[in-house]
Amino acid sequence: MSGTTADSLVWLGTPSFPEAARTAVADGRLRANLRGATRTIRARRSTLAAELSDWEELRTSAAAVKRNALRHLDTHLIRLEAAVTAAGGTVHWAADAAEANRIVTGLVAATGEREVVKVKSMATQEIGLNEALATAGIRAYETDLAELIVQLGDDRPSHILVPAIHKNRSEIRDLFRDSMAAWGRPAPEGLSDDPAALAEAARRHLREKFLRVKVAVSGANFAAADTGTVAVVESEGNGRMCLTLPDTLITVMGIEKVLPSFADLEVFLQLLPRSSTGERMNPYTSLWTGTTDGDGPQDFHLVLLDNGRTATLRDTVGRQALACIRCSACLNVCPVYERTGGHSYGSVYPGPIGAVLTPQLAGIEHAPSLPFASTLCGACYDACPVKIDIPEVLVHLRARAVDSKRGPVPTAEALVMKAAAATLATPHTLTAAQWVGALGGRLLSRQGVLRSLPGPLAHWSRTRDTPAPARGTFRAWWRRTHRQEGR
Amino acid sequence: MRIALFITCFNDTLYPQTGRAVVRLLERLGHTVEFPRAQTCCGQMHFNTGYRPEALSMVRRFAKVFAGYECVVTPSGSCAGMIREHHRTIAGQYGDAKLQAAVETVSPRVHELSELLVDVLGVTDVDAYFPHRVTYHPTCHSLRMLRVGDKPLRLLRAVKGIDLMELPEADGCCGFGGTFALKNPDVSTAMLADKVHCVQSTGAEVLTAGDNSCLMHISGSLNRLRTGIGSLHLAEILAATEGDAR
Ligand code: SF4
Repeated sequence: MSGTTADSLVWLGTPSFPEAARTAVADGRLRANLRGATRTIRARRSTLAAELSDWEELRTSAAAVKRNALRHLDTHLIRLEAAVTAAGGTVHWAADAAEANRIVTGLVAATGEREVVKVKSMATQEIGLNEALATAGIRAYETDLAELIVQLGDDRPSHILVPAIHKNRSEIRDLFRDSMAAWGRPAPEGLSDDPAALAEAARRHLREKFLRVKVAVSGANFAAADTGTVAVVESEGNGRMCLTLPDTLITVMGIEKVLPSFADLEVFLQLLPRSSTGERMNPYTSLWTGTTDGDGPQDFHLVLLDNGRTATLRDTVGRQALACIRCSACLNVCPVYERTGGHSYGSVYPGPIGAVLTPQLAGIEHAPSLPFASTLCGACYDACPVKIDIPEVLVHLRARAVDSKRGPVPTAEALVMKAAAATLATPHTLTAAQWVGALGGRLLSRQGVLRSLPGPLAHWSRTRDTPAPARGTFRAWWRRTHRQEGR
Repeated sequence: MRIALFITCFNDTLYPQTGRAVVRLLERLGHTVEFPRAQTCCGQMHFNTGYRPEALSMVRRFAKVFAGYECVVTPSGSCAGMIREHHRTIAGQYGDAKLQAAVETVSPRVHELSELLVDVLGVTDVDAYFPHRVTYHPTCHSLRMLRVGDKPLRLLRAVKGIDLMELPEADGCCGFGGTFALKNPDVSTAMLADKVHCVQSTGAEVLTAGDNSCLMHISGSLNRLRTGIGSLHLAEILAATEGDAR
């Protein structure tokens, strides 16, 4: 795997999940912001899903369409390329982040422009496009409100859909007041933290850019292989501006986003808004097919990004993560995400989907703690509109993480696990261990309770009491009371 | 009916009273309980932590020990989930055809306690008596892996004298997650704090669930905070009778 894949996908130098989570959990304001936001979206999502009598059938067809799309990915992509080209667009193939950045930077440079407006896009974050453009002397303006907040704060996104979910209104007001001027039109005098006022300030700030900038960069939610149509759904209309006003449009799309046919959109345009924002429809659905004379961008480029995806496809269990439509429902229902926020995952893709996608795209060695950042409670699986069995992939990747560390010198954990396996191998070894454990436990306990535990268990006992092992095991009781029976 | 008990290594060692309650309850209902003594563990901890080959011998043992039984019960939702959902995975990945066949036969016959009672034995009123305020925590594996639904609640509602309090945010995970609690202690504790808060808000005297591992986690904090709220496995409430109260 190329170093560049991991470089932008995983934030190098950030601590492992448990460590980052410690800081996040201790941040009361962050926890309150997250709790409020995820709960609101969660409640809306379940109401709106319940409204459709065929919700489960929709999920089943979505999963089937995606599975089919991935199984014949090569065919669909070649069809897509042909259709886009026929419609007047140009298709580029990028094997990794570096190549994608090179292509986009080259395309912008060829226009002679030094600025681009951007529709919120995970793919361009994944490759670190803004930084690459900056290096080439090109300024990228994020136009999604939450993305703008992140950009102004020189921050990192912490949610797939609501990248600034970790900020509350007054934090955003302060940010607008302090940072907008450096990027263009300053915030109005006496800006309040009223959502409408904040939106208005952002609108005025962004409008200047929409009217001036000649090149736009977008991601894509879907692309239909049969017609070459690319789709972006959004809530604010800024995407629509970027997709129609500029002369040149460059779309960067992960190769897994292709759908076999235009008709497949029907399923996803019902599932996605309900799963993501708890809305019946996305306020703005933009579809474009190549270029149209005299209307919209006259120059359209589609960059198809691999960046670890074909490698992921090779893993028969893990590949299902590529079916993700980035709705973020799994984040909003995840109890771990709710307590830690997205930054703790140290990746562009946080939450449950990040925990399974990031280690696969970047290589497990770049995110070894992520598959363990879950209690396996299964809430993500139930919420996922394309039925990705996230817990299944998590345990699968855990096994890969453990196996990658197996060597001549076992880790401390591996030794414990081996010892436990040996203990549990036969009833005799288990009984012996129970006997020793019970004796030790009783010696250390007060009134049947252990208040502090040794070694790796010390963390546990900082906040919890533990029952001392019982005086007699069940096994011993059974032997006493059921002498004749059993085997 | 002849029912084999898979006690689980965890209950065997730390919560033998739960196993005794299962035996008492099933015998009271007129069934024969057998305890195959060669049993050990379902391999859940190893599997969930990524040590799959290490879990293989436990899967083998389980399939062999329980091969002769038409019906197996276990008082743990997560162990039942492990056996029904993942023994197949391990056998498929590391085992032989014989093991796979054995697992296919045995796994579907394994039931968590409330499933056994409601689905297999067809009872919801087990003639229990437990005159206390109780709240029920549906553990994640029972809820989302086994899909036990409201079976435990139906059983609890039929208990005489019981005062059942609704647990707010009941389907929220308690933060245990096996080795998760050790690997991510801070997140686990934050989740636990919220769960404990919800339990306290019900005014219940007793917290119950179908899995002692989650209960150990939650009651560990209930005890540390001296809330006075006790915890009991579902089996122990269902096994309780008027005779015990006297
Ligand atoms: S994994 Fe499923 S729930 Fe999570 S973002 Fe992707 S599609 Fe949505």
